[in-house]
Formats: sequence, structure tokens, C-alpha cells
Amino acid sequence: MSVLRPATVLRVAALALLIAFLVTPQSFAPLFAPLTQYGAPPIYDQGNLLTLALAQLGTVCVAAAASTVVAVGLGVLVTRQRGAQFLPLSRTLVNIGQTFPPVAVLAVAVPLVGFGERPTLIALFAYGLLPIFENTLVGLRTCPPAVLEAASGMGLSARQRLFAVELPLAMPLILEGVRLSLVINVGTATIGSTVAAKGLGEVIIAGLLSSNTAFILQGGLLTGLMAILLYDALSALERRLLRTLTLD
Amino acid sequence: MSLPRPRLDALGAVLVAAGAAALFFLPFVVFKSNRIVPGDPRTLGAVLTGWGALGCEAALALAAAAALWIADARVRLVLALTGVVAVALAAAAAGNALTPPGNLVVRIAPGAAFWTLLICLGLLATDATTRLRPGPALRVLLLAGSLGIVGLSLAHGTFDHLSVMREYAVNAARFARELRQHLALAFGSLAAAVIVGLPLGILCHRLPRLRPGVLTTLNIIQTIPAIALFGILMAPLGALAAAVPLADRLGIRGIGAAPAVVALFLYSLLPIVANTVAGLKRVSRSAVEAAHGMGMTARQVLLGVELLLALPVILTGIRVVLVQNIGMVTVAALIGGGGLGAFVFQGIGQTAIDLVLLGAIPIVTLAFSAALVLDALVEAMDRVKASA
Amino acid sequence: MITLESLSKRYGESTVVNQVSLEIERNSITVIVGTSGSGKSTLLRMINRLIEPSSGRVLIDGRDTRAEPAHLLRRRIGYVIQGYGLFPHRTVAENIATVPRLLGWEAARIAARVAELLEVFQLDPGKYAASLPHELSGGQQQRVGVARALAAEPAVLLMDEPFGALDPIIRAKAQDDLLGIQRRFGTTIVLVTHDMDEAFRLGDKVAVMSQGRVLQYDRPAMLLIRPTDPFVTRMTGLADRALRLLSLISAAEAAVPGTSEGPAVQGSASLRDALSELVWSGADSARVVDADGTARGCLTVAAILAHGRP
Repeated sequence: MSVLRPATVLRVAALALLIAFLVTPQSFAPLFAPLTQYGAPPIYDQGNLLTLALAQLGTVCVAAAASTVVAVGLGVLVTRQRGAQFLPLSRTLVNIGQTFPPVAVLAVAVPLVGFGERPTLIALFAYGLLPIFENTLVGLRTCPPAVLEAASGMGLSARQRLFAVELPLAMPLILEGVRLSLVINVGTATIGSTVAAKGLGEVIIAGLLSSNTAFILQGGLLTGLMAILLYDALSALERRLLRTLTLD
Repeated sequence: MSLPRPRLDALGAVLVAAGAAALFFLPFVVFKSNRIVPGDPRTLGAVLTGWGALGCEAALALAAAAALWIADARVRLVLALTGVVAVALAAAAAGNALTPPGNLVVRIAPGAAFWTLLICLGLLATDATTRLRPGPALRVLLLAGSLGIVGLSLAHGTFDHLSVMREYAVNAARFARELRQHLALAFGSLAAAVIVGLPLGILCHRLPRLRPGVLTTLNIIQTIPAIALFGILMAPLGALAAAVPLADRLGIRGIGAAPAVVALFLYSLLPIVANTVAGLKRVSRSAVEAAHGMGMTARQVLLGVELLLALPVILTGIRVVLVQNIGMVTVAALIGGGGLGAFVFQGIGQTAIDLVLLGAIPIVTLAFSAALVLDALVEAMDRVKASA
Repeated sequence: MITLESLSKRYGESTVVNQVSLEIERNSITVIVGTSGSGKSTLLRMINRLIEPSSGRVLIDGRDTRAEPAHLLRRRIGYVIQGYGLFPHRTVAENIATVPRLLGWEAARIAARVAELLEVFQLDPGKYAASLPHELSGGQQQRVGVARALAAEPAVLLMDEPFGALDPIIRAKAQDDLLGIQRRFGTTIVLVTHDMDEAFRLGDKVAVMSQGRVLQYDRPAMLLIRPTDPFVTRMTGLADRALRLLSLISAAEAAVPGTSEGPAVQGSASLRDALSELVWSGADSARVVDADGTARGCLTVAAILAHGRP
């Protein structure tokens, strides 16, 4: 039996803690009781924590999926001969997406698409484009030229070359971009609760409004824990992929 | 021999199609009898008559022609900017035309067509500017120029009848105060982060054993959402204010700016520290050795050689932090920290989009400007390094 | 079998390939040799349309190569480059199977072909079929590269400096292996190199290129005996042309019946190597033997020297 590394132990413990708290929050009540005043409820009781956590995760994943499709698509487009003219503009646009504070995007999107999940999705989508786009560019551009030439020389059509050679080889970098984007957005998504999107931000804001530090901590720690575990899981996936593709 | 047909520009075609569709099918302005009702849409044709309409449409047609057929980036840029000016003036004129004299309740809000045209023309101008590849100094100059022109026309009162400016008129004093607060919070937390983060980064670079611990801790802090961190800090700071009266008088309380500043300070540490380490790592070993060999003390080497060479990367970290902080200070309004976010959230609460815009537009402008200026600074330093 | 008709390639003002016409015979190895910048790689790439000619055309078995889409043409032509371009994310077996899969072969046929090629190229299937390229040595990667090019049984094989990245000891073996492969599969090979020794060793016919033109296209011996251009002489080397000529003839070819007291020389060795052996040993003549030891005759120093003259 292999020796359990301390990192693995921590990982499993964190995951167990997260699941335990989401499934049976009340059992942690004694931990949070000292943080409340005047007999306020120590555990968030205006909604199911598990549902909220999943809702937040869901929003983040949908936004990440949209960002990935658009960013990778754009990255592929501008690395083709015919699309090269769009590269500077695409870069600028994606940069703008990240410079626009997500709160501002949220605020401006609300009158257009209403409250709830939709403005949050738009804000997260715009914010998450840059890491994926830049990484797609680097990944596609650093494909070893000999491999690309051999692929053409063997008779792969341009489309086959893209899907069988270029994208698989760029995958580790693209995945790293998606990971960065996802993890940042898990935290950013809490702001969506200011416009009534379902998520752990609700817990935090309830805490802010009623000065209940226990609520604030619950919301914050749960989000943080989710983000860390996601980061970790995707890192492991990336490492696996990189091992098969030692391009050095 | 016939002339070759000019090639249609792909990007121009998309932008012209979008802009034209917006112009004809979407409202240019929205007439609201007061600030809360949704209002009726009005198209450009319905709002402007005579020379005004002709002038605006001519400018737009020229811009469209440039977008479709002209390849010279300078011509495209000039015509795009002319289009922007025309659209802005048209909106201002619409505001003037639709507001009954002396009426302060009516709100004329820019409509979807206005924003779409602005975005399309803006993209055209951005594309043209990127193709021209202006140097860093020129970019900053262009920014200053545009901001100056906008500022002057706002001060002059050209846009006074538009809804956003109406909101401003009502909240003028508060706006100035919140703007100052916003800048103070953003730059204050940045300054604190640099004062602490730079030495910490240098320490981590000198003692690699510290790096995993420090960086992991800072990474974990980053995963805690902003509003949570604000909230978490409220309790200890409140306790501090209760226990130490001096702190309370200094403004360090449980609510207000203090938790925001501390939270932003903690968030800003990671990019500063990480970039300091990365920048110092990239400094060539031979340059450092040569400096030591010339008899410079360790402190002189650090300040005169290493930090100087690492500066572009460190500045990139500062740029990330500043833009991030300008955005996050917006959220600080939720805990009473003030700043332009106060308008944003108040507007969301009252469903008054103009109030939201009053807060959001300056925030976005600040973020952009900060990004542009710092990027230009980094690029200028890189160029100096390259030519040295 | 391959006809290059007045092929030219221009990039703006400069002409990289200038009106090249060549007739390449079936079942042979043609080597195009020249210094860097001579246009030899560009010429090669025009055969499988990785570079489209500015003018002229290429006929393979009488058919214009432009008659079909380029990527379909290339599936019938093997292509090996320096650096090999093995897909890092696919195993050796998957790499070799690439073109057969593109052509829609059944799985059984593909597997059989992969196994056959691994054996021909002396790569133990059990050990290497499932390996990834980065786990192989440079020489092994080179062999996989050639195997991959031959997988779909192409009639034509194009090679651009395929041995350039190998160290000299492995290179000689790889070149000999290529000769064996050509004989076994009957492929028409067009190989580009800057190495004259390689050209002489491998080529049935050699084309010398300089500045976009083919200066001479002939059997290697003719390049030595009747060079048509001073550049050809410079490339083949004036100082040791006699020895080069000797390197083209094998001992078995030149042996005459008889015996000798002198050292034994392999029938497959060149006269140049035989001469070297005789000079070293100080003998006047040598016994020529086959690999298994059967006597093939003898060679005298004088006879060898006679072969070294045109």
C-alpha cells in the first residue's frame, strides 16, 4: 500500500469537511455559536447551503464553458492565416473584458437582462476570457513546427491537423487557463448575490445585513474551500496530461 | 483594363451591419417622464431634424465607408472618431430637443442604438489604433487628450440634458466626495501592499524556503471572496475600535473604510509578492555578479541593479493590483466604505439605471486609464532596457 | 515515374527554384544535393505540394499532382523530415498507423502492417509499440519516422535531411538500412541532403543544385568523371575524386578469380576500404570473401588503382 503523502491527506480532509458541512450544517453549529450575538442563528437557515453551493458552482461552470468555447474559438481563428488580421483586436477586446470590473459589468447588465443568474453569467464570462485566450494562443503557437510539418506532409487536412495535433498538444495550457478562470470566478460569483443570483454570496450578504459574523464566515469559507479544491483537482488533471506530452 | 474591386474588410462588414441594424431598428434615446419609469423609445430620425440629422448620418456613412473599403488605418481612425463625436453630439442634441424648457424631472436616456453605435465605432477606432501600433508615450497622450475633451464638454454643459448628467446634477457634491473616497481606498491599499509586499517579495526571493508557505497563504486569501473578507474583518476591527479608543478616533472601525482597506491590502499582496519574486528571478545572474565584482554593497546591488531590472515585472503586478482594486472598492460600498459603488448599489436598489451608470462609467474609465498608463510605463521601461 | 517539368518558385523578387526539370526513375534512390539556400528543400516540397510551384508542374505516373486536393495526394507519398515530427501525444504504434487510418484501412490490416514495420526497422514490438516518442533514443525516433512514412505502402518516399540529427556511427547504419528498405519495398525515393558522402553512398542518380538550378543530374560516377560545371567539382571534391570513385565500386564487383596470401576483404566493402586495408597491411593483394566466408576472388593494388581512374 502506498504511503499517503501529507498533501493527499489534506486534500481528502478538506473535501470531507466541505461535504460534511454542506450536507449536515447544523452539526457545526457549536463551532459558530461563539461568533453570533443576541442568540442569532449560528448556521444559515434561510436556505439550503448545499443547494446554494451547487447553484454557485453551476453558474461558474456555465460561464466557464461559454468563456472556453469563445476564447478557444477565437484563439484558433487568430492563429490561422486568414484570421491573423484579427489578432490585435481580439487581444484588446479580451483585455478589456478583464479590465472592466465585474461589479460594473453586473450593474450595467442588470437593466438589460434583468436580475438573477443572467447578469452574473455575463460578468463571469467577460472576466474569464483573458486567461483562456492567452493560454490558447501560446499553446497553439508553441506546437513544434516539425510536428506540424510532418502532419501536413502526411496528408492531414487543415481541420484534421487542428483537431488531431494542434489542439491536443495545446490542451495542457488551455486547461491551465480554464483552471485559472474557473477558480477566480468561484470567488467573483459571490458578487452575483447582490443582484439576486443564487449562491453562497447570499449567505455572506445576509450576514453583512444582520451583522452576523457566523454567516459571513460560513459563506466565505465555503466559497474559499470550493475554490481551493477545484484548483487542486484541475492541477492534478493538468499534471497527468503534461506527463504524456513531455514536449521538452 | 477595369479597376480591381476594392476588397471588403471582414471586420468592417460585421461592424457596419451591426451598427446599421441598431440605427434603424433600435431606439436611439429613451424618453422617460421621470427617473423611475421605463420610458418610450425614440429613433434617431424621429428625434433630430434638418442639419443635425444630416450631419450625424453623413458622419456615420463616412465611417461605414471607411470600415468597409479603406485600408489606411489613420483614415479609419479619424473617421471612426468623427463618428463617435457625431453620435455623442446627436445624443446631446436629442436631450436638448426632447426636454421641455425648465423641466427638471424628465429624463432622456441614451438608448440601445446609441450604445451599439458607440461600441461599433469604438471597436473600429480601437482596431485602427492597434494597427498603427502607437508607442507608449503616444498612447498616454491620446488617453489624456480624449479624457480632456470629454471632461471639457461635460463641464461646458453639452450633455446636461442627458439622464446621467441629470443624476449627477442632483448628486454633485456627493459624487465628488465618493470619487475622492474611491481613489483614496484604491491607491491607499495599493500603497500599503507595495510597502509590505515589496520587502516580503525580496525576502522570499532571498530565502526560497519561505516561498511555498508565503505564496500558498496568499493564494488561499485570494480564494476567499471579497465581500466575505470585508465582512470577516468587520468583527475584529469593531472589537479593536471598542477596546482602543484611539483607533476609533483614527477611523479604524468595524464598518466603513477600514475593513475594506485591510481586505484590499491582503488581496493585493499576492500579485505584488509573486511578481517581485518572478521579476528578481529573471534578473541575469551575470549582471548581479558583475555588480558585486565592481564593489557595490549588497544594498546597492539590490536597489541599483536587481530591483531596477525587475521593475517591469513588478510594475505589471502593480498594474494588476490597481485595476483589481478599483473594481473591488466598488463592493466596499456594501459595508459602508463609500466610493462610487454607493451609486451603483443605490441605483440597483432603486432600479434607476442612470444612477448605476453614474457610478459605473467613472469606475470603468478609471480602470481603463490605470491599465493603459501602467502598461505604457511597463512597455517604456522594457524598451529602455532593450536599447541599453 | 516522377517528372518535374520546368518547376520554379519565386518569393517576391527572389527566385528560389529556377526552371528545374528532372525525370526520376521508378524503384531508385535519387539524391538532390546542394549547399543551404540552393533550393533543394523547396524543390522537394513542391513534389508533395507543401509548397505550390510558381510555374511548372509535377507528374507522378503521368498524372498531374494538381489533379486532386493536396492532402489526398500526400497520403500516397511518404514524407520524412529532419526532426521527424513524431506526434508526441501518440504512441509509436499510433504514429505509424496515422496514414493507414486516414485511408480507412481495417484495424487488422493496420495492426499487421505496424507489426511488420516495427520488425523491419528492428524495434521490438513488445517493448516499443506502446511507447511514447520521448521515451525513444534519437536513432529509434528516426526509424519510427521512416516507418511511419512507409506505413501506407506509398510508391514514393520524400526525405529531407533524414539523417542530419544522428551521430556518425548511427548515421552509417541508418543509411545502410535505407538501402535495404528500398530494395525490399521497391519504393522510389527522393532524398535531399547537403552531405556529398551521403549522396554518393545512397544515390542511384544524384542531382547537384546551386542557386535554384540543377547543374548536373547523373550517376555519381559521372559526376566525378565528366562534371559539367566547376561547382559540381567543388562539391564532389577535387582532391579525393579518385578515392570517391573507388568508393562507388564494391570489392565483389572488381574481384578477379584467383587467390592471395594477403588480408581478407569483405565483398560488400568498397574498393576504397579495400585499398585502405592493403596500404595498412603493406600487402600487394587481398582475398575477397563473402559475409559467410566463401571466396570470391582476389584484388591487387594495381587493379584497384586502375579502377580509380576515369
